[in-house]
Amino acid sequence: MSGVGNPVESARQMAEAAKQQPVTWKHRHLLTLEDLTADEIGLILDTAEAFSDVSKRSVKKVPALRGRVVANLFFEDSTRTRISFTLAAQRLSADVIDFTAKSSSVSKGETLRDTVRNIEAMGVDIIICRHAAAGATHLVAQNVSCSVVNAGDGRHEHPTQGLLDIYTMRQNKGRIDGLKVAVVGDINNSRVARSNLHGLLKLGAEVTFVGPTTLVSRGFEKLGARVVHDFDSVIGEFDVINMLRVQRERISSNVFPSLQEYSRLFGLTNERLNRAKNDVLVMHPGPINRGVEMSGEVADGQRSVILDQVTNGLAVRMAVMFLCKQAGEADS
Amino acid sequence: MTVILDEAGIAAALQDMADEIAAELPHGVPIGIIGIRQRGDVLAERLRKHLATKGHADIAFGTLDITLYRDDLAEIGPSAIVRTTEIPFDVEGRYLVLVDDVIYSGRSIRSALAAIIDLGRPKAIRLAVLVNRGGRELPIQPDYVGFDARQEARHIDVKLRERDGAEGVEVGA
Repeated sequence: MSGVGNPVESARQMAEAAKQQPVTWKHRHLLTLEDLTADEIGLILDTAEAFSDVSKRSVKKVPALRGRVVANLFFEDSTRTRISFTLAAQRLSADVIDFTAKSSSVSKGETLRDTVRNIEAMGVDIIICRHAAAGATHLVAQNVSCSVVNAGDGRHEHPTQGLLDIYTMRQNKGRIDGLKVAVVGDINNSRVARSNLHGLLKLGAEVTFVGPTTLVSRGFEKLGARVVHDFDSVIGEFDVINMLRVQRERISSNVFPSLQEYSRLFGLTNERLNRAKNDVLVMHPGPINRGVEMSGEVADGQRSVILDQVTNGLAVRMAVMFLCKQAGEADS
Repeated sequence: MTVILDEAGIAAALQDMADEIAAELPHGVPIGIIGIRQRGDVLAERLRKHLATKGHADIAFGTLDITLYRDDLAEIGPSAIVRTTEIPFDVEGRYLVLVDDVIYSGRSIRSALAAIIDLGRPKAIRLAVLVNRGGRELPIQPDYVGFDARQEARHIDVKLRERDGAEGVEVGA
Protein backbone atom coordinates (compact mmCIF):
# COMPACT_ATOMS: atom_id res chain seq x y z
CA MET A 1 0.00 0.00 0.00
CA SER A 2 1.13 3.51 -0.49
CA GLY A 3 2.62 6.22 1.56
CA VAL A 4 2.72 9.88 0.79
CA GLY A 5 4.82 10.90 -2.20
CA ASN A 6 5.05 7.58 -3.92
CA PRO A 7 4.04 8.36 -7.50
CA VAL A 8 3.87 4.83 -8.79
CA GLU A 9 1.84 3.66 -5.84
CA SER A 10 -0.59 6.53 -6.21
CA ALA A 11 -0.75 6.06 -9.96
CA ARG A 12 -1.46 2.41 -9.38
CA GLN A 13 -4.20 3.22 -6.93
CA MET A 14 -5.71 5.73 -9.28
CA ALA A 15 -5.63 3.26 -12.16
CA GLU A 16 -7.20 0.71 -9.88
CA ALA A 17 -9.84 3.17 -8.81
CA ALA A 18 -10.56 3.99 -12.43
CA LYS A 19 -10.90 0.32 -13.24
CA GLN A 20 -12.99 -0.74 -10.32
CA GLN A 21 -14.92 2.38 -9.58
CA PRO A 22 -15.00 4.47 -12.73
CA VAL A 23 -16.76 7.33 -11.00
CA THR A 24 -15.27 9.72 -8.48
CA TRP A 25 -17.17 12.32 -6.51
CA LYS A 26 -16.32 15.82 -7.70
CA HIS A 27 -18.96 17.92 -5.94
CA ARG A 28 -18.14 20.11 -3.01
CA HIS A 29 -21.86 20.45 -2.28
CA LEU A 30 -24.87 18.16 -2.28
CA LEU A 31 -27.87 20.31 -3.14
CA THR A 32 -30.12 18.10 -5.27
CA LEU A 33 -30.38 14.60 -6.64
CA GLU A 34 -31.67 16.04 -9.90
CA ASP A 35 -28.17 17.24 -10.80
CA LEU A 36 -26.42 13.91 -10.12
CA THR A 37 -25.72 11.05 -12.50
CA ALA A 38 -26.77 7.48 -11.80
CA ASP A 39 -23.11 6.59 -11.20
CA GLU A 40 -22.70 9.37 -8.66
CA ILE A 41 -25.77 8.25 -6.76
CA GLY A 42 -24.44 4.70 -6.90
CA LEU A 43 -21.12 5.88 -5.46
CA ILE A 44 -22.86 7.54 -2.51
CA LEU A 45 -24.83 4.36 -1.82
CA ASP A 46 -21.70 2.18 -2.02
CA THR A 47 -19.79 4.54 0.24
CA ALA A 48 -22.70 4.55 2.69
CA GLU A 49 -22.56 0.78 2.77
CA ALA A 50 -18.92 0.97 3.83
CA PHE A 51 -19.86 3.46 6.55
CA SER A 52 -22.76 1.39 7.86
CA ASP A 53 -20.45 -0.85 9.85
CA VAL A 54 -19.08 2.07 11.87
CA SER A 55 -22.37 2.28 13.77
CA LYS A 56 -22.13 -1.38 14.74
CA ARG A 57 -18.72 -1.21 16.41
CA SER A 58 -17.81 -0.70 20.02
CA VAL A 59 -16.05 2.56 19.10
CA LYS A 60 -18.63 4.20 16.84
CA LYS A 61 -16.17 6.66 15.34
CA VAL A 62 -13.68 6.91 12.53
CA PRO A 63 -11.16 9.74 12.26
CA ALA A 64 -12.02 10.80 8.70
CA LEU A 65 -13.25 14.30 9.63
CA ARG A 66 -11.13 14.85 12.70
CA GLY A 67 -10.40 18.53 13.24
CA ARG A 68 -13.22 19.58 10.88
CA VAL A 69 -16.24 21.60 11.90
CA VAL A 70 -19.77 20.88 10.74
CA ALA A 71 -22.38 23.61 11.28
CA ASN A 72 -26.05 22.72 11.41
CA LEU A 73 -27.84 25.74 10.02
CA PHE A 74 -31.54 25.07 10.36
CA PHE A 75 -33.85 27.92 9.48
CA GLU A 76 -36.79 25.55 9.73
CA ASP A 77 -37.65 23.26 12.61
CA SER A 78 -36.32 19.77 12.50
CA THR A 79 -35.33 17.37 15.20
CA ARG A 80 -34.56 14.06 13.63
CA THR A 81 -32.72 15.32 10.56
CA ARG A 82 -30.56 17.57 12.68
CA ILE A 83 -29.82 14.79 15.15
CA SER A 84 -29.03 12.42 12.32
CA PHE A 85 -26.58 14.87 10.74
CA THR A 86 -25.06 15.61 14.14
CA LEU A 87 -24.47 11.96 14.95
CA ALA A 88 -23.16 11.26 11.46
CA ALA A 89 -20.68 14.14 11.80
CA GLN A 90 -19.63 12.97 15.25
CA ARG A 91 -19.06 9.44 13.98
CA LEU A 92 -16.64 10.96 11.49
CA SER A 93 -14.94 12.71 14.46
CA ALA A 94 -15.98 16.20 13.34
CA ASP A 95 -16.92 18.96 15.79
CA VAL A 96 -20.53 20.08 15.43
CA ILE A 97 -22.14 23.42 16.13
CA ASP A 98 -25.84 24.14 15.97
CA PHE A 99 -27.32 27.32 14.63
CA THR A 100 -31.09 27.56 14.67
CA ALA A 101 -33.03 30.54 13.50
CA LYS A 102 -36.62 31.30 12.80
CA SER A 103 -37.09 31.84 9.12
CA SER A 104 -38.70 35.20 9.84
CA SER A 105 -35.40 36.68 10.96
CA VAL A 106 -33.65 35.67 7.79
CA SER A 107 -36.32 36.47 5.28
CA LYS A 108 -34.15 38.40 2.88
CA GLY A 109 -31.48 36.90 0.64
CA GLU A 110 -29.00 39.52 1.75
CA THR A 111 -29.38 38.52 5.37
CA LEU A 112 -29.03 34.82 4.63
CA ARG A 113 -25.87 35.59 2.68
CA ASP A 114 -24.42 37.54 5.59
CA THR A 115 -25.38 34.86 8.07
CA VAL A 116 -23.64 32.08 6.22
CA ARG A 117 -20.56 34.15 5.47
CA ASN A 118 -20.25 34.91 9.15
CA ILE A 119 -20.58 31.29 10.06
CA GLU A 120 -18.02 30.31 7.48
CA ALA A 121 -15.65 32.97 8.79
CA MET A 122 -15.52 31.07 12.09
CA GLY A 123 -13.77 28.24 10.28
CA VAL A 124 -16.59 25.90 9.36
CA ASP A 125 -15.86 23.14 6.82
CA ILE A 126 -19.36 21.85 6.08
CA ILE A 127 -22.68 23.67 6.43
CA ILE A 128 -25.79 21.53 6.73
CA CYS A 129 -28.63 23.82 5.69
CA ARG A 130 -32.38 23.57 5.98
CA HIS A 131 -34.54 26.43 4.86
CA ALA A 132 -38.23 26.99 4.11
CA ALA A 133 -37.47 28.57 0.75
CA ALA A 134 -36.73 26.44 -2.29
CA GLY A 135 -33.30 27.27 -3.66
CA ALA A 136 -32.02 28.77 -0.40
CA THR A 137 -29.26 26.20 -0.10
CA HIS A 138 -28.09 27.06 -3.62
CA LEU A 139 -27.81 30.66 -2.53
CA VAL A 140 -25.82 29.58 0.51
CA ALA A 141 -23.51 27.44 -1.65
CA GLN A 142 -22.86 30.35 -3.99
CA ASN A 143 -21.71 32.51 -1.12
CA VAL A 144 -19.32 30.27 0.75
CA SER A 145 -16.24 28.30 -0.14
CA CYS A 146 -16.90 25.47 2.31
CA SER A 147 -19.14 22.49 1.53
CA VAL A 148 -22.92 22.82 1.75
CA VAL A 149 -25.32 19.93 2.18
CA ASN A 150 -29.01 20.55 1.59
CA ALA A 151 -31.08 19.20 4.48
CA GLY A 152 -34.32 20.30 2.85
CA ASP A 153 -35.15 23.50 1.00
CA GLY A 154 -38.82 24.38 0.86
CA ARG A 155 -40.73 22.04 -1.40
CA HIS A 156 -37.73 21.61 -3.67
CA GLU A 157 -35.46 18.76 -2.53
CA HIS A 158 -34.27 16.82 0.51
CA PRO A 159 -31.47 14.85 -1.12
CA THR A 160 -30.20 12.89 1.88
CA GLN A 161 -33.75 11.69 2.63
CA GLY A 162 -34.07 10.58 -1.00
CA LEU A 163 -30.73 8.80 -0.75
CA LEU A 164 -31.56 7.00 2.48
CA ASP A 165 -34.90 5.93 1.02
CA ILE A 166 -33.16 4.56 -2.06
CA TYR A 167 -30.45 2.93 0.06
CA THR A 168 -33.12 1.19 2.14
CA MET A 169 -34.90 -0.02 -1.01
CA ARG A 170 -31.64 -1.37 -2.44
CA GLN A 171 -30.74 -3.01 0.85
CA ASN A 172 -34.05 -4.86 0.98
CA LYS A 173 -34.71 -5.54 -2.70
CA GLY A 174 -31.15 -5.94 -3.92
CA ARG A 175 -31.68 -3.54 -6.81
CA ILE A 176 -33.36 -0.31 -7.88
CA ASP A 177 -33.54 -0.91 -11.62
CA GLY A 178 -37.05 -2.03 -12.54
CA LEU A 179 -38.56 -1.48 -9.07
CA LYS A 180 -42.06 -0.08 -8.99
CA VAL A 181 -42.26 2.55 -6.30
CA ALA A 182 -45.33 4.47 -5.10
CA VAL A 183 -45.00 7.72 -3.21
CA VAL A 184 -48.30 8.52 -1.54
CA GLY A 185 -49.57 11.75 -0.05
CA ASP A 186 -49.13 15.49 -0.38
CA ILE A 187 -46.75 15.32 -3.32
CA ASN A 188 -47.16 18.96 -4.36
CA ASN A 189 -45.66 20.19 -1.12
CA SER A 190 -43.12 17.43 -0.65
CA ARG A 191 -39.38 17.78 -1.16
CA VAL A 192 -39.04 14.13 -0.17
CA ALA A 193 -41.21 13.14 -3.13
CA ARG A 194 -39.10 15.18 -5.54
CA SER A 195 -35.80 13.77 -4.29
CA ASN A 196 -37.23 10.25 -4.45
CA LEU A 197 -38.42 10.88 -7.99
CA HIS A 198 -35.14 12.22 -9.34
CA GLY A 199 -32.97 9.60 -7.66
CA LEU A 200 -35.17 6.64 -8.44
CA LEU A 201 -35.71 7.53 -12.09
CA LYS A 202 -31.97 7.84 -12.66
CA LEU A 203 -31.42 4.39 -11.23
CA GLY A 204 -34.12 2.87 -13.42
CA ALA A 205 -37.11 2.56 -11.08
CA GLU A 206 -40.68 3.45 -12.05
CA VAL A 207 -42.21 6.08 -9.81
CA THR A 208 -45.94 6.58 -9.27
CA PHE A 209 -47.23 9.56 -7.32
CA VAL A 210 -50.50 8.79 -5.56
CA GLY A 211 -52.84 11.22 -3.82
CA PRO A 212 -55.90 13.39 -4.24
CA THR A 213 -56.04 15.66 -7.31
CA THR A 214 -55.50 18.71 -5.15
CA LEU A 215 -52.24 17.35 -3.76
CA VAL A 216 -50.76 15.59 -6.81
CA SER A 217 -50.50 17.71 -9.94
CA ARG A 218 -50.48 16.22 -13.40
CA GLY A 219 -47.41 18.37 -13.99
CA PHE A 220 -45.25 15.68 -12.39
CA GLU A 221 -45.82 13.56 -15.50
CA LYS A 222 -43.47 15.94 -17.30
CA LEU A 223 -40.76 15.01 -14.80
CA GLY A 224 -41.27 11.31 -15.50
CA ALA A 225 -43.66 10.26 -12.74
CA ARG A 226 -46.92 8.44 -13.25
CA VAL A 227 -49.75 10.26 -11.48
CA VAL A 228 -52.64 8.27 -10.01
CA HIS A 229 -55.49 9.57 -7.85
CA ASP A 230 -57.07 6.22 -6.97
CA PHE A 231 -54.76 4.30 -4.64
CA ASP A 232 -56.86 1.12 -4.53
CA SER A 233 -56.81 0.71 -8.30
CA VAL A 234 -53.00 0.40 -8.39
CA ILE A 235 -51.89 -0.81 -4.94
CA GLY A 236 -51.20 -4.35 -6.14
CA GLU A 237 -48.47 -3.19 -8.53
CA PHE A 238 -45.81 -1.87 -6.20
CA ASP A 239 -42.59 -3.25 -4.75
CA VAL A 240 -42.27 -0.25 -2.45
CA ILE A 241 -44.87 2.08 -0.95
CA ASN A 242 -43.40 5.25 0.51
CA MET A 243 -46.05 7.03 2.57
CA LEU A 244 -45.59 10.74 3.16
CA ARG A 245 -46.57 12.50 6.34
CA VAL A 246 -49.84 14.39 6.28
CA GLN A 247 -48.82 17.91 7.08
CA ARG A 248 -51.50 18.73 9.59
CA GLU A 249 -50.93 22.43 9.25
CA ARG A 250 -52.30 22.20 5.74
CA ILE A 251 -55.46 20.32 6.66
CA SER A 252 -57.56 23.40 7.21
CA SER A 253 -56.74 24.73 3.76
CA ASN A 254 -59.17 23.95 1.00
CA VAL A 255 -56.76 21.79 -0.99
CA PHE A 256 -56.88 19.20 1.71
CA PRO A 257 -59.86 16.91 2.24
CA SER A 258 -60.93 16.06 5.77
CA LEU A 259 -58.63 13.80 7.75
CA GLN A 260 -61.23 11.03 7.73
CA GLU A 261 -61.71 11.24 4.00
CA TYR A 262 -57.98 11.31 3.34
CA SER A 263 -57.42 8.40 5.65
CA ARG A 264 -60.23 6.38 4.06
CA LEU A 265 -58.91 6.87 0.51
CA PHE A 266 -55.15 6.95 1.02
CA GLY A 267 -54.35 5.71 4.51
CA LEU A 268 -52.31 2.53 4.63
CA THR A 269 -54.18 0.05 6.81
CA ASN A 270 -53.70 -3.69 7.11
CA GLU A 271 -56.89 -4.12 5.10
CA ARG A 272 -55.47 -2.08 2.23
CA LEU A 273 -52.00 -3.59 2.57
CA ASN A 274 -53.48 -7.06 2.11
CA ARG A 275 -54.12 -6.13 -1.49
CA ALA A 276 -50.49 -5.14 -2.06
CA LYS A 277 -47.74 -7.55 -3.06
CA ASN A 278 -46.72 -9.95 -0.30
CA ASP A 279 -43.17 -8.62 -0.19
CA VAL A 280 -43.98 -4.93 -0.55
CA LEU A 281 -41.77 -2.60 1.49
CA VAL A 282 -43.57 0.03 3.55
CA MET A 283 -41.62 3.22 4.13
CA HIS A 284 -42.21 6.59 5.76
CA PRO A 285 -39.85 9.52 6.25
CA GLY A 286 -41.30 10.27 9.69
CA PRO A 287 -42.70 11.55 11.88
CA ILE A 288 -45.74 9.31 11.46
CA ASN A 289 -49.29 10.42 12.15
CA ARG A 290 -50.57 7.06 13.30
CA GLY A 291 -54.11 6.50 12.15
CA VAL A 292 -53.91 9.15 9.46
CA GLU A 293 -51.59 8.21 6.61
CA MET A 294 -50.77 4.86 8.16
CA SER A 295 -52.22 2.64 10.86
CA GLY A 296 -50.10 1.72 13.84
CA GLU A 297 -50.23 -1.96 12.89
CA VAL A 298 -48.76 -1.20 9.48
CA ALA A 299 -46.09 1.11 10.87
CA ASP A 300 -44.96 -1.60 13.29
CA GLY A 301 -45.72 -4.47 10.92
CA GLN A 302 -43.51 -6.96 9.14
CA ARG A 303 -43.29 -5.04 5.91
CA SER A 304 -42.30 -1.77 7.55
CA VAL A 305 -38.67 -0.71 7.21
CA ILE A 306 -39.25 2.68 8.78
CA LEU A 307 -36.66 2.26 11.53
CA ASP A 308 -34.15 0.86 9.03
CA GLN A 309 -34.55 4.13 7.17
CA VAL A 310 -33.54 6.04 10.28
CA THR A 311 -30.50 3.80 10.83
CA ASN A 312 -29.48 4.03 7.18
CA GLY A 313 -29.79 7.81 7.29
CA LEU A 314 -26.69 7.96 9.46
CA ALA A 315 -24.56 5.96 7.03
CA VAL A 316 -25.84 7.95 4.06
CA ARG A 317 -25.11 11.28 5.76
CA MET A 318 -21.65 10.12 6.77
CA ALA A 319 -20.96 9.19 3.16
CA VAL A 320 -22.26 12.50 1.84
CA MET A 321 -20.23 14.61 4.27
CA PHE A 322 -17.10 12.55 3.65
CA LEU A 323 -17.38 12.71 -0.15
CA CYS A 324 -18.16 16.44 -0.23
CA LYS A 325 -15.27 17.18 2.13
CA GLN A 326 -12.86 15.15 -0.01
CA ALA A 327 -14.00 16.92 -3.19
CA GLY A 328 -13.75 20.30 -1.48
CA GLU A 329 -10.15 19.61 -0.57
CA ALA A 330 -9.33 18.88 -4.19
CA ASP A 331 -10.86 22.25 -5.18
CA SER A 332 -9.00 24.35 -2.71
CA MET B 1 10.12 -3.50 -15.45
CA THR B 2 12.00 -6.40 -13.88
CA VAL B 3 10.22 -9.40 -12.43
CA ILE B 4 11.42 -10.17 -8.92
CA LEU B 5 8.79 -12.79 -8.08
CA ASP B 6 6.82 -14.81 -10.60
CA GLU B 7 3.76 -16.92 -9.83
CA ALA B 8 5.84 -19.80 -8.46
CA GLY B 9 7.97 -17.36 -6.49
CA ILE B 10 4.92 -15.82 -4.81
CA ALA B 11 3.55 -19.27 -4.01
CA ALA B 12 6.85 -20.35 -2.45
CA ALA B 13 7.17 -17.12 -0.48
CA LEU B 14 3.66 -17.50 0.94
CA GLN B 15 4.33 -21.12 1.82
CA ASP B 16 7.44 -20.10 3.77
CA MET B 17 5.59 -17.26 5.49
CA ALA B 18 2.79 -19.63 6.47
CA ASP B 19 5.37 -22.01 7.98
CA GLU B 20 6.93 -19.21 10.03
CA ILE B 21 3.54 -17.86 11.14
CA ALA B 22 2.34 -21.35 12.11
CA ALA B 23 5.49 -22.00 14.15
CA GLU B 24 4.80 -18.95 16.30
CA LEU B 25 1.04 -19.19 16.72
CA PRO B 26 0.19 -19.23 20.41
CA HIS B 27 -1.83 -22.03 21.96
CA GLY B 28 -5.12 -21.49 23.70
CA VAL B 29 -5.71 -18.05 22.20
CA PRO B 30 -8.24 -17.32 19.45
CA ILE B 31 -6.49 -16.40 16.21
CA GLY B 32 -7.49 -14.10 13.38
CA ILE B 33 -5.97 -13.06 10.08
CA ILE B 34 -6.81 -9.67 8.60
CA GLY B 35 -5.89 -8.52 5.10
CA ILE B 36 -5.67 -4.87 4.11
CA ARG B 37 -7.68 -4.16 1.00
CA GLN B 38 -7.10 -4.32 -2.02
CA ARG B 39 -4.31 -6.95 -2.13
CA GLY B 40 -3.48 -7.80 1.45
CA ASP B 41 -6.91 -9.41 1.71
CA VAL B 42 -6.09 -11.70 -1.23
CA LEU B 43 -2.77 -12.69 0.36
CA ALA B 44 -4.42 -13.14 3.76
CA GLU B 45 -6.92 -15.57 2.26
CA ARG B 46 -4.09 -17.58 0.67
CA LEU B 47 -2.19 -17.64 3.96
CA ARG B 48 -5.33 -18.73 5.78
CA LYS B 49 -5.64 -21.71 3.42
CA HIS B 50 -2.02 -22.69 3.97
CA LEU B 51 -2.49 -22.45 7.73
CA ALA B 52 -5.65 -24.53 7.53
CA THR B 53 -3.73 -27.35 5.83
CA LYS B 54 -1.21 -27.20 8.68
CA GLY B 55 -3.90 -27.96 11.21
CA HIS B 56 -5.01 -24.40 12.00
CA ALA B 57 -8.50 -24.62 10.63
CA ASP B 58 -10.20 -22.32 13.10
CA ILE B 59 -8.55 -19.01 12.16
CA ALA B 60 -11.03 -16.18 11.78
CA PHE B 61 -10.72 -14.13 8.60
CA GLY B 62 -11.34 -10.45 7.98
CA THR B 63 -10.68 -7.69 5.49
CA LEU B 64 -9.84 -4.14 6.42
CA ASP B 65 -10.29 -0.92 4.47
CA ILE B 66 -8.02 1.75 5.90
CA THR B 67 -9.21 4.75 3.85
CA LEU B 68 -10.93 6.51 6.75
CA TYR B 69 -7.79 6.20 8.87
CA ARG B 70 -5.30 7.48 6.31
CA ASP B 71 -3.23 10.49 7.34
CA ASP B 72 -3.18 11.88 3.79
CA LEU B 73 -6.93 12.14 3.19
CA ALA B 74 -6.61 15.88 2.65
CA GLU B 75 -4.04 15.34 -0.13
CA ILE B 76 -5.75 12.52 -1.99
CA GLY B 77 -9.13 14.28 -2.26
CA PRO B 78 -11.82 12.56 -4.32
CA SER B 79 -9.65 9.57 -5.18
CA ALA B 80 -10.30 8.29 -1.66
CA ILE B 81 -12.66 5.39 -2.16
CA VAL B 82 -14.17 3.90 0.96
CA ARG B 83 -14.71 0.17 0.74
CA THR B 84 -16.27 -2.12 3.28
CA THR B 85 -14.38 -3.47 6.26
CA GLU B 86 -15.51 -6.98 7.11
CA ILE B 87 -14.18 -8.27 10.38
CA PRO B 88 -16.92 -10.67 11.50
CA PHE B 89 -15.28 -11.57 14.81
CA ASP B 90 -14.32 -9.95 18.08
CA VAL B 91 -10.69 -8.79 18.03
CA GLU B 92 -10.66 -8.46 21.82
CA GLY B 93 -8.04 -10.78 23.28
CA ARG B 94 -7.29 -12.32 19.89
CA TYR B 95 -3.87 -12.97 18.32
CA LEU B 96 -4.00 -11.23 14.96
CA VAL B 97 -1.88 -11.54 11.86
CA LEU B 98 -2.18 -8.42 9.72
CA VAL B 99 -1.35 -8.92 6.04
CA ASP B 100 -0.43 -6.47 3.28
CA ASP B 101 1.26 -6.76 -0.09
CA VAL B 102 4.08 -4.21 0.31
CA ILE B 103 5.36 -2.29 3.29
CA TYR B 104 6.99 0.98 2.27
CA SER B 105 6.48 4.15 4.32
CA GLY B 106 4.69 2.24 7.08
CA ARG B 107 1.78 4.66 6.99
CA SER B 108 -0.76 2.17 5.71
CA ILE B 109 0.13 -0.14 8.55
CA ARG B 110 -0.19 2.69 11.07
CA SER B 111 -3.68 3.36 9.68
CA ALA B 112 -4.53 -0.32 9.89
CA LEU B 113 -3.35 -0.55 13.50
CA ALA B 114 -5.46 2.47 14.45
CA ALA B 115 -8.49 0.94 12.72
CA ILE B 116 -8.05 -2.43 14.46
CA ILE B 117 -7.54 -0.86 17.87
CA ASP B 118 -10.83 1.01 17.43
CA LEU B 119 -12.46 -2.43 17.21
CA GLY B 120 -11.03 -3.69 20.48
CA ARG B 121 -7.84 -4.73 22.23
CA PRO B 122 -6.16 -7.67 20.55
CA LYS B 123 -3.81 -9.92 22.50
CA ALA B 124 -1.09 -9.20 19.92
CA ILE B 125 -0.75 -8.09 16.32
CA ARG B 126 1.88 -9.50 13.98
CA LEU B 127 2.58 -8.10 10.53
CA ALA B 128 3.11 -10.22 7.41
CA VAL B 129 4.01 -8.61 4.06
CA LEU B 130 4.82 -10.16 0.72
CA VAL B 131 7.45 -7.54 -0.08
CA ASN B 132 9.48 -5.45 2.35
CA ARG B 133 10.56 -2.30 0.57
CA GLY B 134 12.81 0.28 2.23
CA GLY B 135 11.81 3.86 2.82
CA ARG B 136 10.10 3.68 6.19
CA GLU B 137 8.77 6.95 7.59
CA LEU B 138 7.47 5.42 10.81
CA PRO B 139 9.01 2.94 13.26
CA ILE B 140 6.98 -0.03 12.05
CA GLN B 141 8.57 -3.30 10.91
CA PRO B 142 7.13 -6.55 9.57
CA ASP B 143 7.40 -9.84 11.46
CA TYR B 144 7.07 -12.06 8.39
CA VAL B 145 8.44 -11.12 4.97
CA GLY B 146 8.04 -13.00 1.70
CA PHE B 147 10.66 -11.08 -0.24
CA ASP B 148 13.23 -8.62 1.03
CA ALA B 149 13.57 -5.61 -1.28
CA ARG B 150 14.94 -3.12 1.21
CA GLN B 151 17.80 -2.26 -1.13
CA GLU B 152 15.40 -1.61 -3.99
CA ALA B 153 14.96 2.10 -4.66
CA ARG B 154 12.54 1.62 -7.52
CA HIS B 155 8.81 1.18 -7.18
CA ILE B 156 7.27 -2.18 -6.62
CA ASP B 157 4.18 -3.40 -8.39
CA VAL B 158 2.31 -6.43 -7.09
CA LYS B 159 -0.26 -8.20 -9.22
CA LEU B 160 -2.44 -10.97 -7.87
CA ARG B 161 -4.66 -13.16 -9.98
CA GLU B 162 -7.83 -12.68 -7.91
CA ARG B 163 -7.50 -8.89 -8.04
CA ASP B 164 -5.58 -8.09 -11.21
CA GLY B 165 -6.02 -11.10 -13.45
CA ALA B 166 -2.23 -11.55 -13.53
CA GLU B 167 0.33 -12.70 -11.01
CA GLY B 168 3.81 -11.40 -10.23
CA VAL B 169 5.92 -8.80 -8.44
CA GLU B 170 7.87 -6.34 -10.58
CA VAL B 171 10.14 -3.41 -9.90
CA GLY B 172 9.33 -0.39 -11.98
CA ALA B 173 11.37 2.13 -13.92
